[in-house]
Amino acid sequence: MRHEVIEKNMGLMIILIVVAISFGALVEIIPLFFMKQTTQPVENLKPLTALELEGRDIYQREGCLSCHTQMIRPFRAETERYGPYSVAGESVYDHPFLWGSKRTGPDLARVGQRYSDEWHRAHMYNPRDVVPESNMPGFPWLFENKIDGNDTANKMSALRMVGVPYTDEQIASAKTDVRGKREIDALVAYLQQLGTVIER
Amino acid sequence: MNELTSFWSGWIIVISLGSILGSFVLLSIVRKGQRFNSETTQTVGHEFDGIEEYDNPLPRWWYWMFVLTVIFALGYLTLYPGLGNFKGVLGWTQESAYEREVAKAEAEFGPMFAQFSQTPIEELAKNDQAMRIGQRLFANNCAQCHGSAATGSYGFPNLTDNDWLYGGDAAAISQTILNGRIAAMPAWGAMLGEEGVHNVTQYVLNMSGREADADSAAKGQQLYNTNCIACHGAEGKGNHLFGAPNLTDNIWLYGGSEQQIMQTIRNGRNGQMPAWEGILGKDKSHVVAGYVYSLSNQ
Repeated sequence: MRHEVIEKNMGLMIILIVVAISFGALVEIIPLFFMKQTTQPVENLKPLTALELEGRDIYQREGCLSCHTQMIRPFRAETERYGPYSVAGESVYDHPFLWGSKRTGPDLARVGQRYSDEWHRAHMYNPRDVVPESNMPGFPWLFENKIDGNDTANKMSALRMVGVPYTDEQIASAKTDVRGKREIDALVAYLQQLGTVIER
Repeated sequence: MNELTSFWSGWIIVISLGSILGSFVLLSIVRKGQRFNSETTQTVGHEFDGIEEYDNPLPRWWYWMFVLTVIFALGYLTLYPGLGNFKGVLGWTQESAYEREVAKAEAEFGPMFAQFSQTPIEELAKNDQAMRIGQRLFANNCAQCHGSAATGSYGFPNLTDNDWLYGGDAAAISQTILNGRIAAMPAWGAMLGEEGVHNVTQYVLNMSGREADADSAAKGQQLYNTNCIACHGAEGKGNHLFGAPNLTDNIWLYGGSEQQIMQTIRNGRNGQMPAWEGILGKDKSHVVAGYVYSLSNQ
């Protein structure tokens, strides 16, 4: 049996396994890079402002996506609760995507403008102040921490390299736009724009 | 609309069908030459820690399971979209599946909501079925701020106490839900100075029937009459037009302690009720309005 050749050569076996499982990726992932539906932004999609971008990074840092998805699937049960289903073109400026895969809390893909800024602040400080049944943790340090903005311009330049159309002016003013702002304000700014590009 | 180019379409078709065919070929090669009908005691020849392996063929049921997966895959790719731009003979898409689901629900619930929307809010509030729906809509959309029992919390009004910022009649409730509200209590700290804030606070405490420093309250009253009266009224009864709260009823949105009242006067308040027409639509907003109305008009 030639099985033996493969089974006794670890390197060869690794290569063959990679080849075998790569077919799935070649068919299901690679063609999407060349499909307008997934590469073209939806109409009116704008890159995040400097403050919203910092908010997005705080969203990642605090691990919000472990409990909140940002993807409304095309089922009536979801669109009734959250709004129109998400489309790929809404996420083309997201690097990395924050779609998430687990909902302990609700989906946030269209949470923008749904509640007031004040509600978000109260809720983020201690969720049970406004929703007694909530099991979300509080994030009181966001009210203390200030953003220094030292990296904001670099982040925007890096995003521009992967196709997010930031202008030179936006990058130049990034630091002054965010410097001294509280982290909570950045996070609320980020949340309040989520999913607002698509007409409900 | 969102076609792949023919290259990528071909790429998907060739690799997909190729790997199905390849799996089948591999399965056949491995099976070839083995004796299917009898089990053997012959081993493959190796031995690890005393464990040896018989050289028996793949059990027949197992072989046929593999063959079935191949048939299933080909059947699936014929019926459903999967092979590049080939739509599948059923013409299924996730958009059309979603639209069918919505249309079905619309056919089922549409007439009911249409009937609700023709019913005045006051009547609707007595309709059990509508109120059960309203309660769910409220829990889903409104409870985050107003609480699941609609009793509100700090900064978010209690909807069950029959005290209204913008009016509690059906039309006002409906307006509030559809278009939202933005409260505009200005910050008076700079204008009145810290002493002025203190004096007005004493007067406001006085108005709601609590103990206050009489001298300060008298000074506060003058300030009140020049600055606050436009919205809150001469007697402090408030004005639904501006969402100015009644200051005499001892119901406080931002707390009624001396410190909290001073805070409100000094820094202002800008409570915001989001507009729901765009999110819930007219019909559902109407049902929610009925539910909110029912809370204080049993």
